[in-house]
Amino acid sequence: MNNSHLIKTEGLYKKYPMGPTTLVALDNVNLNFKKGEFAGLVGPSGSGKTTLLNILGSLDSPTEGSAEVLGEKVENLEHKEAAKLRNNHIGFIFQTFNLLPVYTVYENVEFPLLLQNISESERRLMVMDALEWVGLSDRADSRPTQLSGGQSQRVAIARAIVKKPALVLADEPTANLDAQNSHNIMETMVKLNKDLETTFIFATHDEKVMKYLRRKVYLDDGKIVKDEVIKHELSKE
Amino acid sequence: MLIPKLAFKNLYGAGLRTWLNVIALSFSYVAIIFLQGLYTGMNDQMEASTIKAQYGGGQYWQKDYDPYDPITLDDAHAKVSDELQKLIDEKEAVPILIRQASIYPNGRIQNAVLKGITIDQNVLTIPTSKIISDGGYIPALIGTRMAKSSKLNIGDFVTVRWRDANGTFDANEIKIVEIMKTEVSEIDNGQLWIPIDRMREMTIMPNEATMVVLEKDSKVDKNISGWQYKDLNFLLEDLRALATTKSVGSSIFYLVLLLLAMLAIFDTQILSLFRRRKEMGTLMAMGMTRSKLIQLFTLEGAMHAVLAAVAAIIYGAPLVAYVAKVGYGLPEATDSMGFALGDRIYPIYTAGLIVGTIVLVFTVTTIVSYLPTRRISKLKPTDALRGKLT
Repeated sequence: MNNSHLIKTEGLYKKYPMGPTTLVALDNVNLNFKKGEFAGLVGPSGSGKTTLLNILGSLDSPTEGSAEVLGEKVENLEHKEAAKLRNNHIGFIFQTFNLLPVYTVYENVEFPLLLQNISESERRLMVMDALEWVGLSDRADSRPTQLSGGQSQRVAIARAIVKKPALVLADEPTANLDAQNSHNIMETMVKLNKDLETTFIFATHDEKVMKYLRRKVYLDDGKIVKDEVIKHELSKE
Repeated sequence: MLIPKLAFKNLYGAGLRTWLNVIALSFSYVAIIFLQGLYTGMNDQMEASTIKAQYGGGQYWQKDYDPYDPITLDDAHAKVSDELQKLIDEKEAVPILIRQASIYPNGRIQNAVLKGITIDQNVLTIPTSKIISDGGYIPALIGTRMAKSSKLNIGDFVTVRWRDANGTFDANEIKIVEIMKTEVSEIDNGQLWIPIDRMREMTIMPNEATMVVLEKDSKVDKNISGWQYKDLNFLLEDLRALATTKSVGSSIFYLVLLLLAMLAIFDTQILSLFRRRKEMGTLMAMGMTRSKLIQLFTLEGAMHAVLAAVAAIIYGAPLVAYVAKVGYGLPEATDSMGFALGDRIYPIYTAGLIVGTIVLVFTVTTIVSYLPTRRISKLKPTDALRGKLT
């Protein structure tokens, strides 16, 4: 794997048949992301942010072109290989948190490690570390229904980073949160990005998120219209 | 062990929905085992009663004897062969002489079958020792069914008419000396049991018999000139066919029960697939493969059967053990069904029945749980995350 380019897309298209016509969700997307970036795919609804994020997360495959993620060409991956890539190297954070309701906070965070067959003692250390990073060590035994929106998203972040993935993909992570919680969440992710050198890529149109981003890739109708690198640090306002 | 752990946790987390399914399924276990045990017990009881009271350890039939053709009865008698007489003398067999007759109870005419039997026999459980006369009359033993249909009681005299060996009609008064209660209607309905010595005199058939019944567990099984050997398999054939017919009915009943339980499981699985689409998408995003997801959802369904077995053992085991001990009371009307049954059936619950039922229900539940989950094999993670089920 070439560490300088964690992600590289070339001539990426995603098309959906819509009756007699075809909807082009991604139109010739060429992008590179380096290790440790804190970047965002920015644009209005329907611009292709989530579609691109899904392809980068190997949840979907492109119709044309190539998407190389952590040295693996997504378009060539079998279902099981894609699952392995996600399990080992990619963490996801969703807008609606997607916590498993019958599990406790601890068990939710532990889940990706269970899929990796990590020993119980090691899992315990990793889960408690992750909960400490997000400041929820004292809520390990709580159920998701007992948490606030902000707390739930922090659990989702802990779940995404517990296996220390190279890449975390966050789809509108603050859309269901108020300003204070959004700020706390973003601060947490900025800190993790710095401490763990984890690459974070967001799909967002939320101003609260955008001010933390060090790179903004603007999408419109599936095309990259602007790729902006912000030189200064914004997270410590 | 990951998938079983997750399946158990999910089931536990599903709460009331799980327990309702488990209870419904446990009813199937208990009902199937209870009914099958009842039928096994009933069949065993039927055979045992019939063997003890009617068939013994096999029978020798006079060559013309056909129990389904009353016309042949007039000719179905012959002198007992030396070999059979030896068995009779050693109390290892009992001769029975059968003749068609008519009785006239309370001025009515009624067809009957006269059966002569050795009174001091122990081969059959018929209480023949009570057919004794303290006067010049002919003593007769009848069953409760015969007593009811002819309205005869102990001490009643009734005129009986029969043909002797020459075909000549003869008649006499017989006295009812005993009414027996028997589970076997075939030795009761329309039958009068009298001492064979008197019957041989009445019919002028000295030392003759229509059949010779061997004692239970007899090793004799060869054909004797003029006499046909009928083993228990032959004699019980009709009874077993009847039991099979009845068990088909019971099978349909428990099949319906099983189908209802399976419907609940199937519905639960379908509901799970729809309600938990996002969960499936999340699990896939975290790296769970489709095959593991199918395993998880199938196992969740199948574990209903495991939990149901535990629930069935908790409340079903004491129930069936109690019924096996005290028996299951039958209504009077059961007599008319043609079964040789007592007042109570004692169910028999074998290990084979219990294990077989558990394996059957578990297998069917697993298959029913698997069928809806096949949809997952086509599920796209992105659709699942959006709450769509492709």
